[in-house]
Amino acid sequence: MATHIVSSFDTELNDLRSSIAEMGGIAEAMLADAMTALVRRDAPLAQSVIAVDTRLDALQRDVEERAILTIARRQPLAIDLREVVSAIRISGDLERVGDLAKNCAKRVLAISAGFQAEKIVLGVQNIADLVTEQLKDVLDAYAQHDLERALDVWGRDGSVDALYTSLFRELLTYMMEDPRNISFCAHLLFVAKNVERIGDHSTNIAETIHYLVKGQGIQSERPKDDRSTAPDLVSAM
Amino acid sequence: MTTLSATVQARPDREGATAPARIAVRDLDFYYGDFHSLKSISMDFRDRQVTALIGPSGCGKSTLLRCFNRIYSLYPDQRATGEINLDGRNILSPSVDVNELRSRVGMVFQKPTPFPMSIYDNVAFGVRLYEKLPKAEVDVRVESALRKAALWGEVKDKLKGSGMGLSGGQQQRLCIARTVAQGPEVILLDEPTSALDPISTGKVEELIEQLRSEFTIAIVTHNMQQAARISQYTAFMYLGEVVEFGPTNGLFMNPAKKQTHDYVTGRFG
Repeated sequence: MATHIVSSFDTELNDLRSSIAEMGGIAEAMLADAMTALVRRDAPLAQSVIAVDTRLDALQRDVEERAILTIARRQPLAIDLREVVSAIRISGDLERVGDLAKNCAKRVLAISAGFQAEKIVLGVQNIADLVTEQLKDVLDAYAQHDLERALDVWGRDGSVDALYTSLFRELLTYMMEDPRNISFCAHLLFVAKNVERIGDHSTNIAETIHYLVKGQGIQSERPKDDRSTAPDLVSAM
Repeated sequence: MTTLSATVQARPDREGATAPARIAVRDLDFYYGDFHSLKSISMDFRDRQVTALIGPSGCGKSTLLRCFNRIYSLYPDQRATGEINLDGRNILSPSVDVNELRSRVGMVFQKPTPFPMSIYDNVAFGVRLYEKLPKAEVDVRVESALRKAALWGEVKDKLKGSGMGLSGGQQQRLCIARTVAQGPEVILLDEPTSALDPISTGKVEELIEQLRSEFTIAIVTHNMQQAARISQYTAFMYLGEVVEFGPTNGLFMNPAKKQTHDYVTGRFG
């Protein structure tokens, strides 16, 4: 795209984009590290995930402040206005991704001793792998304004929901089998839910990319397959 | 999800989407001597809506505006061909009485142009030109016009004072009052706030919003945010042609043509 007549305007927009890229990198690493910490019961790694969240929070505040200043200073229009609004939205989503990853890490510390159920942990890891891929793809789509790739992420969220539903079912079974499993399973359920929420934030970002590129939101409903709240699922147990 | 564009589209000015055309321009060409300044312009100005004309200097915005009251006909080497239909009648036709036309299509310029006479006489001037009214009735018309121009409160105690003694912003609103007093159908505004400070600009913009309930307004402005704020329709012109014309929100949020996009985002090179 052609550059602005006022080059400092381009600098401001580029800086916003690179801050989002940095936030994205941190959020991705937090999720990956939290999952590694879960699988390996690695408390120091979980601690480091918790520590890095402040950096993400600071970046989000910084993006927001600079975006507001750009609006005040430049009164952006068309793609420029959408770019600034998108930066505010995406930084909010990434900040929440960081919070959710941090919460996963906290739960890793809470469950570091006790019941071992590698199979379920691997189930959570499976969801996390899918979500990590989604987050990575949507951030790449943002960097390249790649609408097709963003829509692909948006359409994939259903499979995360389906995995989450089956994991939910499995965890309920473990909890019913032996009440001593409940504490561990409850923590793991929250971890899985957090990861599933990170997937939702990825689809939010995909929707923002649609708005950024096309100038309007996605009109249709997002595919949803989270059936963990379906009454038949609980009563069937 | 509430999208920004959905919020923007929900704004009340969407109601104008179906307003009938008040001025219909068809295949309008304009020449300054040999210079072909407007090239086959066709567009509608809708009834009681504000239509903004934007574009770089020399693109023909003011020229287009000047066609609507045939002010160009003061200059012998300037001519327009095509049609400009006002209420179904082609105003370019030689049979149209130019004086009558100008009482129906008022114009306000970039620099305030108060006449060197009292505030009262400035406003009464146009009224007296076209109509013979008793003094009491002229008083009523002057007061009403000054009220519509949001100037009455500031000048009601000094109507005999000179119009030249007012501030720039007040002078501009006086000129709008003078135009309004004649009871026109269309008001043309050629960069009406470019010589005004932000407070006066705000007052004029507020005034335009109010005048819209009675008049069809066409405004030329270099301030894109102003066009985005006060107009319902916007035309982007470049090199004598209308590149893109449509509802203001769409044109500024999601322009269809690359040239429009480059211009409204400040990328024009």
